[in-house]
Amino acid sequence: MRSFKALSWDGRPCPSSSGVGVLARHSRERKDKVDPMEALLYLGCTVPVRNLNYESSARLTARSLGITLHDHEKFGCCGFPLKSLKAEDTLVVAARNLALAENEGMEICALCNACAGTLTETAHVLDHHPDVKERVNTRLASVGLRYEGPVRVRHFMRLLWEEVGVEAIRESITRPLTDVVLAPHYGCHYLKPSELTAGFDSPDVPKTLAELISVTGAEAVDYPSLKDCCGGGVLGMSEEVANAMARKKLEDVSRTRAHALVLVCPFCNVMYEGQQKKIAKEAGLDLKVPVVYYPQVLGLALGISSKDLGFKLNRVKPKELLDIVEG
Amino acid sequence: MSRTKLNDLDPDFKNRVASQPGGEGIKACFACKACTAACPVEAVDKRYDPRKIIRMALLGMKSEVLGSDFIWLCSSCYGCSEVCPQNVRFTEVMFAIKNLAVAEACVPPGLTVQKELLKRHGRLYEVTEFENDKRAKQGLPPITEHPEDYAALLG
Ligand code: SF4
Ligand code: SF4
Repeated sequence: MRSFKALSWDGRPCPSSSGVGVLARHSRERKDKVDPMEALLYLGCTVPVRNLNYESSARLTARSLGITLHDHEKFGCCGFPLKSLKAEDTLVVAARNLALAENEGMEICALCNACAGTLTETAHVLDHHPDVKERVNTRLASVGLRYEGPVRVRHFMRLLWEEVGVEAIRESITRPLTDVVLAPHYGCHYLKPSELTAGFDSPDVPKTLAELISVTGAEAVDYPSLKDCCGGGVLGMSEEVANAMARKKLEDVSRTRAHALVLVCPFCNVMYEGQQKKIAKEAGLDLKVPVVYYPQVLGLALGISSKDLGFKLNRVKPKELLDIVEG
Repeated sequence: MSRTKLNDLDPDFKNRVASQPGGEGIKACFACKACTAACPVEAVDKRYDPRKIIRMALLGMKSEVLGSDFIWLCSSCYGCSEVCPQNVRFTEVMFAIKNLAVAEACVPPGLTVQKELLKRHGRLYEVTEFENDKRAKQGLPPITEHPEDYAALLG
């Protein structure tokens, strides 16, 4: 384990991992000195297998905006799927990933709302409850790891919002998405529970995604079911209930002028893109709502090609959108 | 549903829920129904009603709660937690209730499959050469599975 070296995407060794991972754990100064525009990219289970368009576009846009994302080849599942079985197992599995990040002295940047939520929650619980932390660390010892904390976890979007900022993004836009209309979907764990997301965005009046859409030059539309839950959390238990939950938003968005629904979570994608055909068929509706990931949209505005942004992997082609942007 | 007889009730059930991590808030509920109004699952399936689940648990209807199919329908959206005036944190209470159901061997098969996958692959979706080839074609680095840690941690 100690011989592990984190590599940045283009294969350069990451600065804090040249054999000093062990040191980093004990050295506060070291952690504070790390460039805030550097983070460990946390892919989770779904994105690197099913959403290569999200992963590619996140990496490309991060790079073009000056965020250096490093890979950690030992990251695995965040532990969210275990929470219904045994909440402490989730803490242990999440803490394993946090401890790996801590050894590198870097914060975590997650692409999935559920991963970001689970890792943030775990760090919060362990940092505030020394007894739980000790229990978790006793179990982590079996794999040679320990979590001292704190380790910071942020969603990719939060990194864009807080570290790059809307103004700096505006200055980097080379191909404004004029005439493009987009419908944002935040997703539950992006906004809630507010005890964890406080200071970032509001669950009642969310704005970060809409503003990050607007800065690309596109128009962000509002619609009645903006804050609806996608139903992804229920899909494994009842497809009927999950589909019924996702349907309203797809119908609402198809009635707006939006060229696509914009997501930031692979769970939401399973419902709105993966289940869309089935939902439409069951309801006897003619739904063809293109579903895209935010970094794909941002990437277009930064001048990156639709090919590199993985648009060929989007199931309902955002043809009109791409015609407007790339002609 | 057959009528619950008084002596079927387990008065200690609410204490067991409250002693689970996340279950602490259950006794503070004053039945205002704000959670139910905010629940997106209740909106499409009336069998699932957060306030009713809390009432049943507080009354001690242990087997009805733990044995029911509907407790697995919570999407963990935190809508209820956000609106609750009593800070019951019902999303977490639901996890506590589900954890108790699992301890009593009332567990839907899909969930145990996920745990087995984690022990076998360290992730929900296996990454084979096929996936890594696809990743390479998109210019992405390969993924390595580390099931050994997950197997050790999850017993
Ligand atoms: S909102 Fe809170 S206090 Fe009101 S019924 Fe629901 S859990 Fe109880
Ligand atoms: S967390 Fe569960 S109970 Fe609460 S509002 Fe969401 S689906 Fe309903």
